[in-house]
Amino acid sequence: MAEMTFGKAINAGLRRALERDPKVVLMGEDIGRLGGVFRITDGLQKDFGPHRVIDTPLAESGIMGTAIGMAYRGYRPVVEIQFDGFVYPAFDQIVSQVAKLHYRTRGHVRVPLTIRVPFGGGIGSPEHHSESPEAYFAHTPGLRVVAVSNPQDAYSMIQQAIASDDPVVFFEPKRRYHDRGEVDEGIGLEGPGGLSMGAARVAVPGEDVTLVSYGPLLKTCLDAAVAASDEGVSVEVIDLRSLSPVDYPVVEESVRRTGRLVIAHEAARSGGLGAEVAASITERCFYHLEHAPVRVTGFDIPYPYSKIEHHHLPDLDRILDGVDRALGRPNSLSGLEEGE
Amino acid sequence: MQRVQGLGRSGAAGSAAPPVPELPAVPPMTAPELREVYRLMSSVRRLDEAAVAWQRQGILPAYAPLLGQEAAQVGSAFAVDRERDFLFPTYREAGVARTLGVDMVEYMSTHRATWHGGLWDAAEHRLAPIQAVVAGSVLHAVGWAHGQRLAAASPGDPQDPVGGLGVAVAYLGDGASSQGDVHEAMNIAAVFAAPVVFFVQNNGWAISVPTERQVAGGSVAARGAGYGMPALRIDGNDAEAVVSATRRALAYARAGRGPVIVEAVTYRRGPHSTADDPGRYRTLDDERRDAGADPLERLRARLLGEGLANEAFVAECDAAAAAEAEAVREGVLALGPRPGAEMFDLVFAEPTEELLRQKAQWRKESEHG
Ligand SMILES: Cc1ncc(C[n+]2csc(CCOP(=O)(O)OP(=O)(O)O)c2C)c(N)n1
Ligand SMILES: [Mg+2]
Repeated sequence: MAEMTFGKAINAGLRRALERDPKVVLMGEDIGRLGGVFRITDGLQKDFGPHRVIDTPLAESGIMGTAIGMAYRGYRPVVEIQFDGFVYPAFDQIVSQVAKLHYRTRGHVRVPLTIRVPFGGGIGSPEHHSESPEAYFAHTPGLRVVAVSNPQDAYSMIQQAIASDDPVVFFEPKRRYHDRGEVDEGIGLEGPGGLSMGAARVAVPGEDVTLVSYGPLLKTCLDAAVAASDEGVSVEVIDLRSLSPVDYPVVEESVRRTGRLVIAHEAARSGGLGAEVAASITERCFYHLEHAPVRVTGFDIPYPYSKIEHHHLPDLDRILDGVDRALGRPNSLSGLEEGE
Repeated sequence: MQRVQGLGRSGAAGSAAPPVPELPAVPPMTAPELREVYRLMSSVRRLDEAAVAWQRQGILPAYAPLLGQEAAQVGSAFAVDRERDFLFPTYREAGVARTLGVDMVEYMSTHRATWHGGLWDAAEHRLAPIQAVVAGSVLHAVGWAHGQRLAAASPGDPQDPVGGLGVAVAYLGDGASSQGDVHEAMNIAAVFAAPVVFFVQNNGWAISVPTERQVAGGSVAARGAGYGMPALRIDGNDAEAVVSATRRALAYARAGRGPVIVEAVTYRRGPHSTADDPGRYRTLDDERRDAGADPLERLRARLLGEGLANEAFVAECDAAAAAEAEAVREGVLALGPRPGAEMFDLVFAEPTEELLRQKAQWRKESEHG
């Protein structure tokens, strides 16, 4: 066990992956000598050389397409997208090429590509630096999409994502990079803890309400569970980890017990993960629901300037409010919504 | 005003760009090589014409003919080393596939609508699947080529290239050259000195848009200078010119000196695809004026004129091509739909729970349907 920051945990996981497999190469903008704008690749070029940790020209589609070609050639590329908002130039290569290559070559060509995306808001960034684009990728067949919420998962799941023979879009909550946590470095690809990037995790057990989240909001949800327990409400918090595919059995088992579901994410509401989870759980266990699923999300607006981003980002109060709504209790929206 | 002294790493503003390196020379083609290229071009011509007929007969839903581009396609693919190079085609490269020895029934499976991208094993045949996104795989060639460099830099790699690098060949059209990815590909290839040949078939048209409305400056090869990359603009209807230019480019890239552009100027004699109607954007007179000499007839005239082959050889090539096309037709007709379960099973290395659920649902529904 070692205490480390979230960012350091990813760095350590990348280091393990580079050590384990000589075919693993890191590619991205400023990831070499600088160690990336968030320093996630700090020291890796020095230790593994410029052939393994490659500073690329500033061209996201170019990086992605080049990484695909390296996968053809037998490599296991790990691409760093500098900021969430700059994954879009690579969108075509990801959606039309990365996601389909295994399928269209009948498995002859595998694309064991990991696309690391620092995502989400809350750090006062300029425009295009606080996006939550996960739903675009979760909607794309052929991609695995994961989001990490704590240093241990970050350390283990980055290694699992790299070892996966499928392409993985790996979302890192940049506002949590400096959070510290205990990391058991024995839990790598498949550690004694049984940590798996595909398996949702019950972060806090509870009985009254199931609160589902991932990435940056998980910590806020844990805080919400503590605050709710002060009022005698027992909240079960589930960390999805994998956004595509979603590990529905874990969520379903919980909702069958609690009868109430709240989903929280920073991304805009419409067409988001919350909608997907709400619909799927409703299909799976409609008669166990005591209340309609509740979404607590960012608004359907372009990400606002940072002076007011706290209005957009779901915080403790909004999540607690969602819990109240799921319980059918009076809440800040009472009177606004029909039937509440 | 302060005088600007030395512009640092960007260099002095007035200095000329460094000269673009020369490509190595290659020996002229031998008579057996020229005959082999002719044999391949005859076969490709026949197959291509047959495929258009198959579309008219309802055997193929659609096809993109390469009529007029036989020299460019066969010549470039003939020049590669089939043991170690790797080619990335567009949707119009039947001639490349045939030259590499790909099973043409497996190739036609895309046009038969029984599999996207073709059924052949890309790794085995050194040919990536058919790419329907214009310029979609140009970057993939750069990445493959960069992988070749990385392998060379790490001894002990089982694919470590001995005696020079394997070279990637990226096929693209004049229309594709407008895509941003082509700039990114050329720039990255040049920065990384990746062994890749950008083989541009400038066939005068991108569906209905002529090259002069597509390519500023009129030449894709001219851009090479900007990337510090050697570039050749050649008569793409002259088979030997294509083979020699490609060989020179490959030799340069193989030696680790970096990427090269070869722009083969040719002409799309047919429609863009079997669904196209060229009468809406060019006249038959335009076609007669612009097409130039037919590449197959040109090579035949040369072989016969220089005594490199006789009429019997030509007849033999024609007969072999006809028999081959007939065999491919039978194979294509026998191509049934793939098992529907593959829709679900091949999305990931292992299907997800959700895909298995959807597969079970599809089975139930289709059994009752
Ligand atoms: C990204 C993209 N945009 C548009 C199309 C539709 N399209 C298919 S082929 C084509 C023209 C391509 O011209 P060129 O690159 O010159 O190749 P050619 O067809 O002449 O072989 C177009 C517009 C496409 N397939 N992909
Ligand atoms: Mg064209």
